[in-house]
Amino acid sequence: MSDAPLLEARAVTKRFGHVEALTGVDFEARAGQVTALIGDNGAGKSTFVKIMSGAMRADGGEIRVEGTPVSFSSPHDARAAGIETVYQDLSVAPELSPPANVFMGRELLLPGWLGRLGFLDKPAMRRQSEQAFGRLRVTLKDIDAPVASLSGGQRQSVSICRSVLFARRVLFMDEPTAALGVVQTRRTLDLIRRIRDLGLAVVLISHNMRDVLEVADLVEVLRLGRRVARLRGPDATLQDLVAAMTGGTG
Amino acid sequence: MSVAESPAEIDALGQPPPPLLRRLGSTPAIYMGLVLLVLVAFFAAMRPHTFPTPYNLHNILLDASTLLVVSVGMTYVMISGGYDLSVGSVLVFAGVASAQTMEAIGGNGLGVVVVGTVVALAAGALWGVFNGLCIAYLRVPPLITTLGSMGAALGIAELMTNGNDVRSVPSGVIMVGSGSVLGVPWIVVVSLTVAIVGGVWLHMNRFGRHTYLIGSNAEAARRAGIDVSRHIVTLYGLVGMLSGLAGMLSLARFATTTIEGHTMEPLQSITAVVLGGTSLFGGLGSMAGTVVGVFLPAVLQNGFVIMDIESFWRDVVIGFIVIAAVYLDQLVRRRRERS
Repeated sequence: MSDAPLLEARAVTKRFGHVEALTGVDFEARAGQVTALIGDNGAGKSTFVKIMSGAMRADGGEIRVEGTPVSFSSPHDARAAGIETVYQDLSVAPELSPPANVFMGRELLLPGWLGRLGFLDKPAMRRQSEQAFGRLRVTLKDIDAPVASLSGGQRQSVSICRSVLFARRVLFMDEPTAALGVVQTRRTLDLIRRIRDLGLAVVLISHNMRDVLEVADLVEVLRLGRRVARLRGPDATLQDLVAAMTGGTG
Repeated sequence: MSVAESPAEIDALGQPPPPLLRRLGSTPAIYMGLVLLVLVAFFAAMRPHTFPTPYNLHNILLDASTLLVVSVGMTYVMISGGYDLSVGSVLVFAGVASAQTMEAIGGNGLGVVVVGTVVALAAGALWGVFNGLCIAYLRVPPLITTLGSMGAALGIAELMTNGNDVRSVPSGVIMVGSGSVLGVPWIVVVSLTVAIVGGVWLHMNRFGRHTYLIGSNAEAARRAGIDVSRHIVTLYGLVGMLSGLAGMLSLARFATTTIEGHTMEPLQSITAVVLGGTSLFGGLGSMAGTVVGVFLPAVLQNGFVIMDIESFWRDVVIGFIVIAAVYLDQLVRRRRERS
């Protein structure tokens, strides 16, 4: 593996009519690091994440994966490059089981002609889901019960495990702790560290500065469509972050 | 609780019951199946010489066959979160189109039967695809779309025939309708095959899995790369095609197009599917449940006739059972959400 960041943005711009949502944003996500992306409402966080995960196209600038320029025209392209996103609303199918959710849209098929007809390999999906949960030390009461019967935190674990299983490079997490209580937030932050230790680049989008300071190795700050600061997580203070976000002097 | 559950917590809650057993107990297909068995046992005990006979079983299966074929398609559509009110009219339209084509060709051979069947399937699929396109791409709600095509398909069928049934059905078709293999009528063979293949496809194939996912969370399915709109068009095409097949079976059985005879078909079919435990909100359901849901009213009807009870009671009883079934479904959901 080269020294280049797993995912890199150079001077990315995006306009909506006359409004410049992003004006030349630079960004890097490195393997084995948690990079936090913070900013006030309207700073351009969601637009930026949509562009990096292929849901939206940039008007200008460049995206590089391990140093190679790429062009994402759909989320499918980003996923093919090993970039996964955990959405804030989790995007789970509550009536279905955790394995069915983990393999949503990427179902494993039986070998041979049955597979070519589209027949599912349910045992393999169940086994691989169990392994994924095990690797991240997530325990579910019943792996065959519908996701709706799980707690909020467990539901989120299912959603995260799904992305981790397929992320080969980068995992975007959009406000993963927003809907969680104190204990569940703690467990989610632990989970983020474990994912980082797997060697992925984790990008954490969050409003919660305490969470950011706790897990981020690097903090990138967006304000009014620009990256205005880049701080080392362990050295940063709450005042630093707030000052960078609001443009004040803290 | 959340991410990691400590062993102590699980022990405190007590040993959870074996998953399979618990799931069977809470599955509507199972308890409605038990209700069906109790009914069969009751009628068999009350009329041991007329109810539990091969001849009567044959009647029940035959009476339920067209509704079963339609309901297989309805199960898919309802699991995806939609429904189709046009199935009865599409059935009639397909029957008329097929009968008139066969009349125009003439003759009684196998060739005519094949052409007639293809026309019926195609006519049904065409209406279904039309419904699907309106729902998936023009964003007209299923209720309005299929209500509209319910009127339109029947209207066109009546225009094609001036409102008179086509009675010149080739004898080849009628022979299939009255024929049987190993004592089982062809019509029953076809409808049971459709149910079995439909069930296997629903529960074991990726197509079925995507149907559940779309019904459970369409936006998540879209984000996961599933072409939701195309899948919805295919589903309505499927239920349309199966309505066309049901139209052909009805033609074979009654040797006439029965234009006025299918107005209740959509509601009977939705009732059957709901009785079988398929959720009105999508994402949940099973083909076994639908089979039970189709046979429950059929057995009641048959049993009441044999016991000399007014068969209108069937509608009364089924009406209340379906309300109770949906109430139970809601109860289970609410309890699950609270846990």
